[in-house]
Amino acid sequence: MIRLKNVHKAFGNNAVLNGVDLHVPKGESMVIIGGSGTGKSVTLKCILGLVKPDIGTITVADKDIKDGDRDALLSRFGMLFQGGALFDSMPVWQNIAFRLVQSGVSTDEARALAIEKLRRVGLKPDVADRFPAELSGGMQKRVGLARAIAADPEIIFFDEPTTGLDPIMAGVINDLIREIVVEMGATAMTITHDMSSVRAIADRVAMLHDGTIKWTGTVTEMDTTGDPYVHQFINGLSEGPIAAIR
Amino acid sequence: MIRSATLLLGSTGRAVLNAIGAIGAVALFAAQTIGQIARPPFYWREFVSACITIGYFSLPVVGLTALFTGGALALQIYAGGARFNAEAVVPSIVAIGMVRELGPVLGGLMVAARVASSIAAEIGTMKVTEQIDALVTLSTNPMKYLTVPRVLAATLTVPVLVLIGDIIGIMGGYLVGTSRLGFNAAAYLQNTADFLEFWDIASGLVKGAVFGFIVALMGCYFGMTSGRGAQGVGAATKAAVVAASVLILAANYILTEAFFTA
Ligand SMILES: Nc1ncnc2c1ncn2[C@@H]1O[C@H](COP(=O)(O)OP(=O)(O)OP(=O)(O)O)[C@@H](O)[C@H]1O
Ligand SMILES: [Mg+2]
Repeated sequence: MIRLKNVHKAFGNNAVLNGVDLHVPKGESMVIIGGSGTGKSVTLKCILGLVKPDIGTITVADKDIKDGDRDALLSRFGMLFQGGALFDSMPVWQNIAFRLVQSGVSTDEARALAIEKLRRVGLKPDVADRFPAELSGGMQKRVGLARAIAADPEIIFFDEPTTGLDPIMAGVINDLIREIVVEMGATAMTITHDMSSVRAIADRVAMLHDGTIKWTGTVTEMDTTGDPYVHQFINGLSEGPIAAIR
Repeated sequence: MIRSATLLLGSTGRAVLNAIGAIGAVALFAAQTIGQIARPPFYWREFVSACITIGYFSLPVVGLTALFTGGALALQIYAGGARFNAEAVVPSIVAIGMVRELGPVLGGLMVAARVASSIAAEIGTMKVTEQIDALVTLSTNPMKYLTVPRVLAATLTVPVLVLIGDIIGIMGGYLVGTSRLGFNAAAYLQNTADFLEFWDIASGLVKGAVFGFIVALMGCYFGMTSGRGAQGVGAATKAAVVAASVLILAANYILTEAFFTA
């Protein structure tokens, strides 16, 4: 479904991606792990076309993302941004139903759908009329998640969906992501630092380090692999090939 | 000696190149904005709300500016005119000065201070908090959704503001003229009406439209190109106000030259 070939990206002289190769088959839940600042968010943004790779090709359903109608392509995607990226000029329900309202769905219908999505991310209906600035960080994250899944996209990206949530809420969100992949057959890419989240939602795991994918495999393989990077990362060791200062 | 000369040349050259690059980028941005206006979809709700924030909410500040300027203008022209026994020109000069020059320029500058800054800060914040990226992923073109409504709203509402400012400014002159300078009320108004020509007013409104376009365009451009973080937004806001003000004054000279020298 999604294929990255030899993707390079540098910001000025800060080379972030140095030849990323990655394949996510249709209907699979891929989790990307890797240290802070290694370019996980940049990778997702490259696929969405928000960041233009310097070298390399990215295809979605065998079509290069640079070709064809960009809006049509993006209408197949849902994205939860790391920082939420909620529109602070509009209430929560309009954030969630943004795409629907723009495509001409009636206000009542859009609002009802927004409230339904709020329920799925564990928020009460009265949140609908509040503004993003009035919500806690974890609530904002969940509203962002509701917005990402609102239009039932085929492909969903979650950038740290459970960061800043309490363990119970994190469990609810993990279940939700799993459910979206299994029941709706969506293809998902999730970035997370939370190992319980990795185990709950991943079909496959990819480890990004030094601008390349160092390792990919299933969760079971992740626990038994001899790869020193993965071993250090999943066990949270300060000693190993990944320097603590980056 | 030669070394420092080359250094100086080099840095001057770089500054010139940067300036040319910036002008090119702004021109491209303007062309893109205009190119997007006619292409659907058009975001009516954004447009109406931009008209209200840019036009309606600027009324008090533009009105007050015009009122005091008209009053001060009457005092100055009276004092200046007295030097060659021409106090009688006060009503017509106040009117012409207001509608041709001070109404649009001061109105434009006040709108630049109020609107260019707020647009740049709003869009800049959206940029640094990834809201612009979010718009794109929701299949919405930020140029169409954010820039076009604001630029169109400013281009259409600033002339209206200028017209209202003209009327209030002339009224300011009238109030000072009749209460402080001993003009007869009816004669003052008659004199104003007799000497004011249609093109005087229309030229000021055209200036207003151009200034409105400049203000919103600068706000959007610097917002969209804002650097990262709070510092980036602060710098974008300052740059938007400075660029809008300077461009208004420069455009005013060019338009005046084009309209009134033939
Ligand atoms: N728009 C940008 N301009 C300049 N540099 C950027 C930009 N976006 C990201 N970077 C740089 O790219 C690098 C990777 O950033 P990215 O956000 O992808 O990290 P990450 O892997 O998501 O980290 P985290 O786990 O902390 O979110 C960082 O060094 C960052 O400074
Ligand atoms: Mg990140």
